[in-house]
Amino acid sequence: MNRSGVLNFLSSILVVIVGLLIGFIILLISDSGQALPAFATILTFGASSMRNAGDVLLFATPIILTGLSVAFAFRTGLFNIGASGQFTFGGFVAIFIGVEFLFLPPPIRILASIIAAALAGALWGAIPGLLKAYRNVHEVISCIMTNYIGMFFVNFLIINHLFDQGRGTSTRMPSDSNLPTMGLEHIFRDNIRASHVNSGIIITILIVILVYIILEKTTFGYELKACGFNKEAAKYAGINENRNIIFSMMISGALAGTAGALNFMNGTGLSMSIVDALAMEGFTGISVAFLGLNHPIGIIFSGILVSYLYLGGARMQLFGFSIEIVEIVISIIIYFCAFVFLVKSFLGNAIKNFGKKDEKSKKQDVSKGGTAV
Amino acid sequence: MYIIEMRNITKEFPGIIANDNITLQLKKGEIHALLGENGAGKSTLMSVLFGLYKQEKGSIYKNDEEVNITGPGDANSLGIGMVHQHFKLVHNFTVLENIVLGVETTQKGVLQMKDAREKVLALSKRYGFDINIDKEIRHISVGMQQRVEILKMLYRDNEILIFDEPTAVLTPQEIEALMKTMKDMAAEGKSILFITHKLDEIKQVADRCSVLRKGKMIGTVDVASTSKEELSEMMVGRKVALSLDKEEAKIGETILEVKNLNQKGKADESGKDKLKNISFNVKAGEILCIAGIEGNGQTDLVYALTGLEEIDSGEIFMEGKDISKAKIRERTESGIAHIPEDRHKHGLVLDYSLAYNTILQTYYTDTFQKGGFLKKQTILEYAKKLINRFDIRSGQGEETMTRSMSGGNQQKIILAREIDRDPKLLIAVQPTRGLDVGAIEYIHKQLLAQRDSGKAVLLISLELEEVMNVSDRILVMYEGEIVADVDPKQVTFQELGLYMSGAKRDEVKAV
Ligand SMILES: Nc1ncnc2c1ncn2[C@@H]1O[C@H](COP(=O)(O)OP(=O)(O)OP(=O)(O)O)[C@@H](O)[C@H]1O
Ligand SMILES: [Mg+2]
Repeated sequence: MNRSGVLNFLSSILVVIVGLLIGFIILLISDSGQALPAFATILTFGASSMRNAGDVLLFATPIILTGLSVAFAFRTGLFNIGASGQFTFGGFVAIFIGVEFLFLPPPIRILASIIAAALAGALWGAIPGLLKAYRNVHEVISCIMTNYIGMFFVNFLIINHLFDQGRGTSTRMPSDSNLPTMGLEHIFRDNIRASHVNSGIIITILIVILVYIILEKTTFGYELKACGFNKEAAKYAGINENRNIIFSMMISGALAGTAGALNFMNGTGLSMSIVDALAMEGFTGISVAFLGLNHPIGIIFSGILVSYLYLGGARMQLFGFSIEIVEIVISIIIYFCAFVFLVKSFLGNAIKNFGKKDEKSKKQDVSKGGTAV
Repeated sequence: MYIIEMRNITKEFPGIIANDNITLQLKKGEIHALLGENGAGKSTLMSVLFGLYKQEKGSIYKNDEEVNITGPGDANSLGIGMVHQHFKLVHNFTVLENIVLGVETTQKGVLQMKDAREKVLALSKRYGFDINIDKEIRHISVGMQQRVEILKMLYRDNEILIFDEPTAVLTPQEIEALMKTMKDMAAEGKSILFITHKLDEIKQVADRCSVLRKGKMIGTVDVASTSKEELSEMMVGRKVALSLDKEEAKIGETILEVKNLNQKGKADESGKDKLKNISFNVKAGEILCIAGIEGNGQTDLVYALTGLEEIDSGEIFMEGKDISKAKIRERTESGIAHIPEDRHKHGLVLDYSLAYNTILQTYYTDTFQKGGFLKKQTILEYAKKLINRFDIRSGQGEETMTRSMSGGNQQKIILAREIDRDPKLLIAVQPTRGLDVGAIEYIHKQLLAQRDSGKAVLLISLELEEVMNVSDRILVMYEGEIVADVDPKQVTFQELGLYMSGAKRDEVKAV
């Protein structure tokens, strides 16, 4: 690793540590007696058994993809804050196919769910893309709107087409519409039960690699990044900026849509509830993207890390902390990660200054020696 | 005693020793020029003095007392100010706000601008800066922006002033004014470090000149007793031809034809028409130069020709083919190369490597991609070839981040990329801005070589010297119109100046 690589790594680690410390302080304030064991749980739970480790991967799956979605747009100069709506829309479409298209054999049905979810996400991403390209509407504004439109639209669709009266949520998918576990349950288990971790994580890693290749190896990636770094120079080079904005938002949306599919097809029997709240995965994606420094490979690790902390954090309730405190602490830790760039610039300066002090003290040593230069 | 002495300064960057054991002594009240090739380490040395970089070895003394400069704040409290090669102003702040930024006076947290305003106005008057301090930076010209940078230093009562290539972005008139300002400031006892590539300017204002070459100090000389030839030889290490020999142009067919081009002004700017009925031709085998004072429509003309902006009316033909409505890429492919005026805005993606910037116009061709995948190896080799051919200097060769390169070497990347594409028409906008004399000589030779191999060259330049030396034919633009079509052999500097200032005009017919 070169110097800037080390700096990147350090700042990501540091930002997590600071987030954890703040979380710890809040725990201390609310119940000092239980703070230490609860905090220890955050740090150790995810690694305490193979089953828990499997769950870490399970919950990492959607946020790695939403993180990748945010990062992809970011690398091309766009801020996709609409991953939440794309995620929800993609998830709905995946469930719809899983419930309704029973005439398709399971493998094809699963594939159709994922692809349709990606397309739905792409469609949802294309809207802010088109608005930006042709009407110069800032994508953050239109993404916020598509988030809410997506949420209410999906609520409407569920109530009218996929409603399970008994549970008040979307109809549960038959289990053969879920992602296959591909034998992972034999690895990730404890004596009692297996984790639900499934092929979703494998698909996710493949997608990450694909995105990495697109960004770093292809002419398409070259164009996208050129637009992201310097729009004017891209224009000068004859790159069609509008087309790239639209494509970039569509790909970004497709990634978030796929996240929705993999999330709801994970075999834990998740279904969509009718709530007036945006899907959190989209925003966690921002933290994951930044913590992974917008690099596809970094995002795999940051996604796993965030999932790890989240899972451990959720266990704190066992120590008598109220659900609100638990959520505050988890949110602080996770959203603090988005400050990684700030920390990076602090750290960069600190290292520089440290080097200087070093020199200064050396110099003083020389002058103490009394040799006039 | 020296007001500033930098002793045995060494500063390294990955892959390169930018300053190698350099000692520089600045006397109080002198104008001290710093001369050196692109990438010689001038900006780096000044950045060390200003606290932006920390040297690995060596120390800095002010009035024989060692000082430790850890950042621009320290430099400022030692009275050191700097005008950077690329300005550092906040574009949506006013002139006044930019000047006081960082040293504002507040009372109970509320800005107190009254005293500041008076001080700035007084300074501006003293140096004859005709500047409206309530305008936003983005609405004033580059020359004015530089005055803001100067006022910033004066406002902070700096007495050691560093100018990093201040004249590269100025018009001849503005340069004249700056030279006078510098002399006035020196006469008042301020000490000035002045980086420039223009030997005339050094002769005109500097008392002494230090020459750097490849990170090493070659020597400090007394300007009055050293000729321009000697200076350039010290700097490059060989004799440089300061004037150009060229053969008669062998004019061929028309390559570019422009007919009745009009461009209306935008309401949010001055509202004046930008281009008025422009018609002209550029033929194979000639260098046609467009002269004029900055801001008389040259930029708009280039934008219109290259497609960066759509035109309101008129026609543009490339080898007889109408390209008036063509996209930028289509124009590029029709054989137009473009060395843009603003290298950071249009010419380069600063966060791409040197190699990636060399393929900015050709990355999609079969040479550099296959099935949508970039051919990394080919690209690196291509970049290596250009680095050798154009002598582009950087720390880590083709993999260097473009942002970390010296200004002149960044410019060379663009030149290399555009010339190597073997265009039919080369539109070069101030191609030698910020280049050292050796590089300028090289660029001029390249432009001539293009011409002699039957290419058309359209050169837009603000520098009369360059205009007169290089061109075969000169068009002068004034307020969006072509007001003269002259032969450089038959026109004098004075006459050209009259055309440029609008004092004289001919009826110009399309040729
Ligand atoms: N921040 C940096 N990181 C890495 N290398 C750098 C950095 N700044 C400068 N360099 C390298 O140090 C060398 C000296 O650069 P410098 O900018 O001082 O040149 P210069 O004499 O000012 O040239 P020019 O006339 O072109 O402005 C160059 O080779 C450049 O690539
Ligand atoms: Mg420089």
